[in-house]
Amino acid sequence: MKFVHIFIITSILFSLNSLKADDVKTENEIAKNLRCLICQGQSVYDSDSEFAISLKLVIKNKIQQGMSEEQIYSFLKIKYGEWILYEPEFNKNTYFLWLLPILMFIVGGAIIFKLFIIRKN
Amino acid sequence: MKSKVFPLVLILFFFIIFVIFFKGLKNSNIYTPKTNLEIKVPSFELKSFENNNIISETIFKDDEYYLMNIWASWCIPCREEHEFLMELKKNQKIKLIGFNYKDNFKNAKSFLKDLGNPYDIIVIDEDGTSSIDWGAYGVPESFLIYQNNIIKRFIGPINNDDLLGIQKIIK
Repeated sequence: MKFVHIFIITSILFSLNSLKADDVKTENEIAKNLRCLICQGQSVYDSDSEFAISLKLVIKNKIQQGMSEEQIYSFLKIKYGEWILYEPEFNKNTYFLWLLPILMFIVGGAIIFKLFIIRKN
Repeated sequence: MKSKVFPLVLILFFFIIFVIFFKGLKNSNIYTPKTNLEIKVPSFELKSFENNNIISETIFKDDEYYLMNIWASWCIPCREEHEFLMELKKNQKIKLIGFNYKDNFKNAKSFLKDLGNPYDIIVIDEDGTSSIDWGAYGVPESFLIYQNNIIKRFIGPINNDDLLGIQKIIK
């Protein structure tokens, strides 16, 4: 009986532990996707400025409150503007940015197709 | 014909890229957010200097102007702006709220003892999480508040021009 008790307790502890580990992982992931606004060329994750330390704490609290990654991003976007997110959103200012690689890929493919395949025939 | 167009296009392409990057050199690489935004005051519940719990809704009344100033005793620029805050304190139409950011209580007390206390209320943000709700970057930073809206924000220390600007708005 005692063995069963110990088993249950340890298994609960371990599952708590892994939950915690998951939280830390998402926490770090979010921090890596945020620009430290008062540093140059650093993410919030990399920075040890007072701003970044507080922000990491806020992210941690929000995760504990059960907020999703998306919700945290949109919360910070309201507070600090889109600039805080490393990944630019898809809107009319960034159409060119997002679509240019695809366009280049298609045009490049067309050139290759024309040069090698059509010429061969 | 074909061999003439291609180098021309290539040169034009690199020229355009050069112009874009050359212009980019002159852009400021420090991000400055918009400072004239009308945002609702975020709500908070913090300890005051006298160790009371303070809820934001009880501080900000609709018909008065408030300047919420984020400061800390360890912040050097805060010392520079302090004289302007003391000057602003003389104006009856505005209330100053101190937002003590990540500070040591003892140091904060002696800071105010040395330089004077311009604040009507001081709240303590021990871990800096409340300042994130305000969209603040650090210290010093100030928010001019009217009718529960942030009508202007000052990033960095307040100078004489800012002081005159505030006095003009609240006139």
